[in-house]
Amino acid sequence: MWTYDKKLEYPINIKRTNPRLAKVIISQYGGPDGELAASLRYLSQRFGMPDQKSKAILNDIGTEELAHLEMVGTIVHQLTKNASIEEIEKAGLSPYYTDHGVDVYPVSAAGVPFTASYIAAKGDPVANLQEDLVAEQKARATYEKLIDLCRDEPDVLDPLRFLRQREIVHFQRFGEALNGVHERLAQRKFYMSKK
Amino acid sequence: MHNETLEMTKYEMMKKIQEYNFSVIELVLYLDTHPTDLKALNLHKEYTKSLKELKDKYQKVYGPLTIYYPCNKWRWIEEPWPWEGSDM
Repeated sequence: MWTYDKKLEYPINIKRTNPRLAKVIISQYGGPDGELAASLRYLSQRFGMPDQKSKAILNDIGTEELAHLEMVGTIVHQLTKNASIEEIEKAGLSPYYTDHGVDVYPVSAAGVPFTASYIAAKGDPVANLQEDLVAEQKARATYEKLIDLCRDEPDVLDPLRFLRQREIVHFQRFGEALNGVHERLAQRKFYMSKK
Repeated sequence: MHNETLEMTKYEMMKKIQEYNFSVIELVLYLDTHPTDLKALNLHKEYTKSLKELKDKYQKVYGPLTIYYPCNKWRWIEEPWPWEGSDM
């Protein structure tokens, strides 16, 4: 089970309202390579892992992704909470505002609502871990695009850089877990029969 | 710690932890909407204390329940996962 700690994994204090940035950053909340997809992907796949290392890494990275979901939601909230109607209109957030106000709702940057088809659980540990490696690279690439778009906002850049770094560490750990699974599959098997 | 816990099996100890843990969860929901209820507040104090003591005791013997429990060897990946069920 989970318990909640009343703190962020990494501090976020954004002083300047900027709904234009919130509109793109929300993709890491509910978009195809976002933190909601990441957490659900790993926490769903962990049940089927064949060895202790891969079970642990999916459990523990899946848990960290929930903390990242909270961080991205915090960024979006702080960028929009004091936005004026004019700022919301100018940022192209009128459609979002119509349905959600300035609540944090899982959609992609293009406004597509979250869907479980962003994740996979294939019933095959190698396929699943390969998917996870790809997912981490895609998330890293998304954060790099967001870092480009937020280049003038140091308060936003700082947590985005932290989140990007975490994708790299996760990729490394998933690679090690995949090696472990390959080694296990390559082991010679012994069968015993009762007489 | 009550003497009865000395005799507990792993399964019984976990069952008791789950009971204390559920009591805390239930009290927290109640206190969120009734923050001035002193009776509930005292029960929360009592159950969080019992929970902490029993978890400390359990973890010493059966390995960590969270990643924040320090170990001399990495038992986190050795003990079975909760979704695996058990025959304890």
